[in-house]
Amino acid sequence: MAQLRELALPSADEEIWRYSRIDALDPTAFELEAADTAVSGGENYVTRGASAAVLAEPDVFAELNTEHQSTLVVEVPRGTTVDEPIVITHTSRPGTASFPRTVLRVGENAEVTVIERFASASAGPALVAPVLSAEVAPAGRLTYLAVNDVDLEAWQIGHQLVVGDRDSSVRLSTVTLGGYYTRVRTEVRSSGQGASTKQVALYFAGGDQMHDFRVIQDHDAPHTSSDLLFKGAVQDRARSVYTGLITIREHARGTAAYQTNRNLTLSDGAWAESVPNLDIRTNDVKCSHASTVGPIDDDQRFYLESRGVPPETAERLVVLGFFEEVLDQLPSGQLADELRAAVADKLNLQGGAS
Amino acid sequence: MSELVISGLHATVAGREILRGVDLTIRSGEVHAVMGPNGAGKSTLSAVVMGRSGYEVTAGSVTLDGEDVLAMPTWQRAVAGLHLVMQYPTEVPGVALRDVMVEALAARGHASDNVRGQLVAEAAKIGFEERFLDRPLNVDLSGGEKKRNETLQLAMLRPRIAILDELDSGLDIDALRDCSRRVEELSNDPDEPLGVLAITHYNRLLTELKPDKVHILVKGRIVASGGPELATTLETDGYAAFTDGDEPAESGAGASGLDDLFRM
Repeated sequence: MAQLRELALPSADEEIWRYSRIDALDPTAFELEAADTAVSGGENYVTRGASAAVLAEPDVFAELNTEHQSTLVVEVPRGTTVDEPIVITHTSRPGTASFPRTVLRVGENAEVTVIERFASASAGPALVAPVLSAEVAPAGRLTYLAVNDVDLEAWQIGHQLVVGDRDSSVRLSTVTLGGYYTRVRTEVRSSGQGASTKQVALYFAGGDQMHDFRVIQDHDAPHTSSDLLFKGAVQDRARSVYTGLITIREHARGTAAYQTNRNLTLSDGAWAESVPNLDIRTNDVKCSHASTVGPIDDDQRFYLESRGVPPETAERLVVLGFFEEVLDQLPSGQLADELRAAVADKLNLQGGAS
Repeated sequence: MSELVISGLHATVAGREILRGVDLTIRSGEVHAVMGPNGAGKSTLSAVVMGRSGYEVTAGSVTLDGEDVLAMPTWQRAVAGLHLVMQYPTEVPGVALRDVMVEALAARGHASDNVRGQLVAEAAKIGFEERFLDRPLNVDLSGGEKKRNETLQLAMLRPRIAILDELDSGLDIDALRDCSRRVEELSNDPDEPLGVLAITHYNRLLTELKPDKVHILVKGRIVASGGPELATTLETDGYAAFTDGDEPAESGAGASGLDDLFRM
């Protein structure tokens, strides 16, 4: 098995990697080995093999993905609705570096739901650098959910590039529970008039984990809309960063774009940062951003405790309630139940104040 | 039978003394109204008895059937039999009423296998629409619906003593009637009559909820106690009669003077 070549890694001194753990990553510690990728549902639309598409490669991890990719293409022809969700599960082994690439091509007026799950075969450090590339043709409808539940020692550094053409509808969801350091850079571009996107994310880091999101809502056509809701929690010594950018280009008049990021810090040693940004280059837009970082609301806690609910239970209810807004919007109710239970299990309650 | 005894209670908020020696005893089946002008310490009294953070008890005691309430964390006070109906019920996004009731009943060691059925039955008694049972707690509810929701929880949890903090604020007359009548029913329950401490600014609650005793709270002290007629006097004359002079009268001549004033 080949080792990953020596790389010129970026540094945390660069603004785009600020707060990240990039300086602690040693790619040469990993051997190249494709993740085990299983697919269920929509067999007729899925092919394996290199993608001919050339992607923008915003950094060295995307370049590595191009070099070493194991690719899966989902192609939904014009006018076709895929009835069942296509579920793709990547399982990687400790000590390996893997580069899954998923290419989604949603044809004109076609509709598909894709759920991509990232898991580890067993405990131990690994590097997973996935790329998602999705193109949604006019009036196409894509619902996508990525679930990251990799091992607590694993590194996952991913890219998502989604382009929606005229009158397309994209719903992107992310649930991140895993990883020592998990970073996702997501760029959603509305390239055709009337395109709309909705993004939701749930992330929950504990122990020494760090979750790091860079999200760009890029409005490149008139009368497009985007709505983003990212909700995260950190406990123990965990860290999280949300950095968001709404870009509304000169010709994207009549656009509506919203981003909301809310964070709960559940332990004194935990840390969360929220950095929403706006880059608006035209008038006639509706735009807003909101972000909060803080502990569980005292009034909410008191309300539940005044009913006789013990503090740890009250805290669990409030945290699950906080995430419910995201879980409620996931494309699979069954998976939402599973993830709700995973969040509840992960809550490491320290006993509340009386 | 149960008994909540508040004795010589002093409490401060941010270093400022708000309660300056409150004495009250509420027994099962009794309805007590504590009335007072803004700033008298009404909400502080309910917060202190229920153990809300930010309030410091500097003297006095609160016991429920002889047990030291002030030594208990909030949730244990509730399990022990105290219940607070809040003036402004907190919105708790994403948290279902049913889940809270299940946990609250479990903490009391009660079976919780038909909570949904109980909620539906209780909701019907107070005109709380069934569809609101599935809303996250107090989210997108009107003032009246919030108070119905509070009353519903009171009926579900069957405390021994309930503190109603301005039950009559922010709700329409129909909701006020529905909530008050349910509380009245609970206080007349032949097996486990509820004791009620109703804190209110206005008389309008008391037209529905018949108090056995009315207490006037001014500047952190009970300055007068009497029967329902005291509330009527208040309605006519306002609080001015009780707030003349900066300091409430020390117990003794002043207080007995007020007693004379309001004696039947």
